[in-house]
Amino acid sequence: MTTLLLAKHDNKTLNDATAKALTAARALGAPVHILVAGAGCGAVAEAAAKLEGVEKVLLADAPLYEHRLAEPLAELIVSLASGYDALVAPATTTGKNVMPRVAALLDVMQVSEITKVVAPDTFERPIYAGNAIQTVQTSEAKKVITVRTAAFQATGQGGSAPIESVAAARDPGLSSFKGEELSKSDRPELTSARIIISGGRALGSAENFTKVIEPIADKLGAAMGASRAAVDAGYAPNDWQVGQTGKVVAPELYIAVGISGAIQHLAGMKDSKVIVAINKDEEAPIFQVADYGLVADLFTALPEFGEELAKIGR
Amino acid sequence: MKILVPVKRVVDYNVKIRVKADGSGVELANVKMSMNPFDEIAVEEAIRLKEAGKASEIVVVSIGPQQAAETIRTGLAMGADRGILVKTDIATDPLGVAKVLKKIVEQEAPGLIIMGKQAIDDDANQTGQMLAALLGWSQGTFASKVVIGDGTVDVTREIDGGLQTVTLKLPAVVTTDLRLNEPRYASLPNIMKAKKKPIDETTPEALGVDVTPRLKVLKTTEPPARKAGVKVGSVAELVQKLKDEAGVL
Repeated sequence: MTTLLLAKHDNKTLNDATAKALTAARALGAPVHILVAGAGCGAVAEAAAKLEGVEKVLLADAPLYEHRLAEPLAELIVSLASGYDALVAPATTTGKNVMPRVAALLDVMQVSEITKVVAPDTFERPIYAGNAIQTVQTSEAKKVITVRTAAFQATGQGGSAPIESVAAARDPGLSSFKGEELSKSDRPELTSARIIISGGRALGSAENFTKVIEPIADKLGAAMGASRAAVDAGYAPNDWQVGQTGKVVAPELYIAVGISGAIQHLAGMKDSKVIVAINKDEEAPIFQVADYGLVADLFTALPEFGEELAKIGR
Repeated sequence: MKILVPVKRVVDYNVKIRVKADGSGVELANVKMSMNPFDEIAVEEAIRLKEAGKASEIVVVSIGPQQAAETIRTGLAMGADRGILVKTDIATDPLGVAKVLKKIVEQEAPGLIIMGKQAIDDDANQTGQMLAALLGWSQGTFASKVVIGDGTVDVTREIDGGLQTVTLKLPAVVTTDLRLNEPRYASLPNIMKAKKKPIDETTPEALGVDVTPRLKVLKTTEPPARKAGVKVGSVAELVQKLKDEAGVL
């Protein structure tokens, strides 16, 4: 049988989370179809068709799916489900919103946020904020799975799958889109950035994020993140939060500045390839996971870091 | 409007959990248990809606062992009106819980359900969405703002890249995110008062729901430890090491 993967996108571009979840979907061992549901999202379907190992792209292009509200999107996925024995989505806020609804409509138990495919029916997933790893086996007739994208490499390009249009499903008429406020930024997205620099409560203010973190982020082409303490204090916006209750990231380089390293923060970044910690407190738990630790005042260290980067041409 | 708030008894969020050496799970004996923090936010939101005259009664429900009655009592001490304990010693999964809650909803007929977006033990993030699906209701997950309208509720949701606001037809299921509110502490008089508030008891069997978990947990292990690296003496050394040793600059 076949696996259906729900694409993550914004109607214009295909989000990198899709290519990462595709790696997990392919590991199930069956051919993979990608479902692109949106409005005016033909370009997204074309991008999805180019991913390696995709057999077919299903395009549900209708105003009903413009904002991927859970109620109509779940109806659509359920209407397609009979042709598939696994339904997979990246564990983005869209995937986490819609997939349990799909699972319940199909009367199956979902496997959330898998970090490893052990066998086509057996998966690893973190519990207790990543402080334990559970290996679970499902015997459900249909598998419904969300994928923690930070745990998987992105599948590359090289495919040329056919694109097939599918009809919109029934509109349950339960919900409507009212508005959105998206942070506008030219920076890479946190969840797909190669380098992330995050600030903690020690930054002391939103202005200091702009003053000392931003110039380094600019030099490195890095995404900016924050600890929960910094977000709760109002120094950084909600969607910058890295951690168990925020975003889970795994960049090549993660620079933690003035972050003590609470368990909840570590759960969100400990799979980064290289971790740098800059903190005044040499006892800070962040140093226990950092590859390179610098005990220093961030307000002197960061400007100096900028100068050193300039010396090597960054 | 009646509000139903499902709550879960979990290991207190301040406890550093220990994985059992035999791989059979996480040590729960003699560990401090509390209400799931996201559920506390749900109780708080329900109380605020009642205080604002938007709700008439708040019913707290928990599915779990006898001790889950203490978790319900916490909600009653915060200000909820009464409780329902669905007693079971089975480690239920979200689908089973959603099915039990559906039965409770059929009995109680609430106009709104507010619950945590996920429990901090299994981190599944499923029950609210599943309950909405089983009831055929709308869902507003990861809420950071809830505004009751006329037969509708506007829910502002924390999504990747920002905030989204949706208008849901009532009845609806709302799941809470961290910044929806800051839960109050129960005052001593309210804790005393809560002891007199009623808690009804039932069981999944009495409700006709099979809560046998569908997923089989093969083992539970410690996450791979990350070894601490080196301390560098200066910013210059840091940049040099990142460039030459780690190769990430």
